Amino acid sequence: MSQVAVRVEGVAKVFGHGPDAVTALRGISLELRRGEFVCLVGASGSGKTTLLHLLAGLDTPTAGGVEMNGTRCSLMFQEAALFPWLTAAGNIDLALRLRDVPRAERRSQTARLLEMVRLADFARRRPHELSGGMRQRVALARALAQDADVVLMDEPFGALDAITRDLLHDELERIWRERGLTVLFVTHNAREAVRLGDRVVVLTSRPGRVASEVAVGMPRPRRTGSPELAALAAEIGERLRKEVHAHGG
Amino acid sequence: MAAERLLELDRDLVGLDTLEVASPPRPSRLRRAWSAVWPRLAAVALALAAWQLVALSGWQPGYLLPGPGPVLARLGADARQAAFWTAVAITLQRALVGYVAAVLVGALAGAVVARQGLLRRAVGSLITGLQTMPSIAWFPLAILLFGLDETAILFVVLLGAAPAVANGLIGGIDQIPPLLLRSGQVLGARGVRLYRHVILPAALPPFIGGLKQGWAFAWRSLMAGELLVVLSNRPSLGARLQFAREFADAQGLLATMIVVFVIGMVVDAVFSRIDGEVRRRWGLV
Repeated sequence: MSQVAVRVEGVAKVFGHGPDAVTALRGISLELRRGEFVCLVGASGSGKTTLLHLLAGLDTPTAGGVEMNGTRCSLMFQEAALFPWLTAAGNIDLALRLRDVPRAERRSQTARLLEMVRLADFARRRPHELSGGMRQRVALARALAQDADVVLMDEPFGALDAITRDLLHDELERIWRERGLTVLFVTHNAREAVRLGDRVVVLTSRPGRVASEVAVGMPRPRRTGSPELAALAAEIGERLRKEVHAHGG
Repeated sequence: MAAERLLELDRDLVGLDTLEVASPPRPSRLRRAWSAVWPRLAAVALALAAWQLVALSGWQPGYLLPGPGPVLARLGADARQAAFWTAVAITLQRALVGYVAAVLVGALAGAVVARQGLLRRAVGSLITGLQTMPSIAWFPLAILLFGLDETAILFVVLLGAAPAVANGLIGGIDQIPPLLLRSGQVLGARGVRLYRHVILPAALPPFIGGLKQGWAFAWRSLMAGELLVVLSNRPSLGARLQFAREFADAQGLLATMIVVFVIGMVVDAVFSRIDGEVRRRWGLV
């Protein structure tokens, strides 16, 4: 298998036609190596979500191409988007069922995935009986139930409180390692990007293009509060700030 | 990562989960049942009292408007007759057959129309129009087409209830959050599987409202039909009403009306129960 899991080549996306057309993405090229954790940061209007939807096949690019090298990808949203009529276990089971996994195997896989996100005790709870952080862990287990080796995450922890988010960073890092996942993690929070990513890709706004890339050399596990992390995050934050400033006319 | 740190992470997660999902205890079953029942009993008592007052006021003579006492006594006497139960059974059977047919037709029509833009624009307002049309207006046509017959009654019950069921499902599908549909697509649900696993369950809570409304329409249409289409060897609640009026039997008339009212209310209570249970499961309450 190739070392490159996902290749994005000159992708553009235009919404609408004629004078009202909005260019969301222009000339985006990006490579995700197998097992890499890449964070995508950008201010509003950088087309981060659009890019993820293109990669997940929810939408098609206007130009350019997306290449998946024998990988299956799944997408996690800012909200868990679990089905409220199914229990935590039921949500995971449905993902397996839609992949035509036989019933007997589904049971054991569901149990294993719930154990992986440390929610075995909450298997029979429904989403509304779980906290926001727990729902996101179920959503992560469900994404993994798709047997995906590439996980696209659209600000999955954006709506969580700081303590929960901090714990989930550790948790995601652990699962990423155990499973050898390739992760593309979208956020507007530079600290979060530096905390998690092997690389941080900074996007421009309207249209979204790749402005720069920062390799994060710091050893793991990283602490969100550490001074080196804060310094790098501040530098990335400064670039985002400039991007917003440029649109101030 | 060091094993020690992982253990620590596990403990942190368990601690956070425990703190976050503590739920307040629900009141006991008996208490909940009582708090649901007593307002209804009080309302019934109040209605009976009002009726008694009107009867006592002397506005109408007692043989035209008897009070609750004699009517309830008459109801008790009726209930000891086989003919009464035959009439109830025939009416309920018609209601059931007509309603089930209406649910099947309405749900199918709703499911097809809801997600097809062109069909929706073409047929959507037609369904709403049908729903507002008083079902009794269909009877002359139904009698012309099918004669004075069971089929005429079922036809009108079906037409009365099916649009409400269809509209309930269409409305339910419209209310599904787009995020859930996208989530289903990401999981690889397409076509029939998207309907079965995502769209229909997601639309269920509002759809139950449509089913309930459909039942109300079916029950009304049926009563209208039974008053108009009286078949000689088929006793029914509607036929009993008609005969009671012809014989100026006010007690029998009111006793039958109580039965019609109670059946409607009991079925409605069953729907409310299902509705509450579904809402609780779906996390909507």
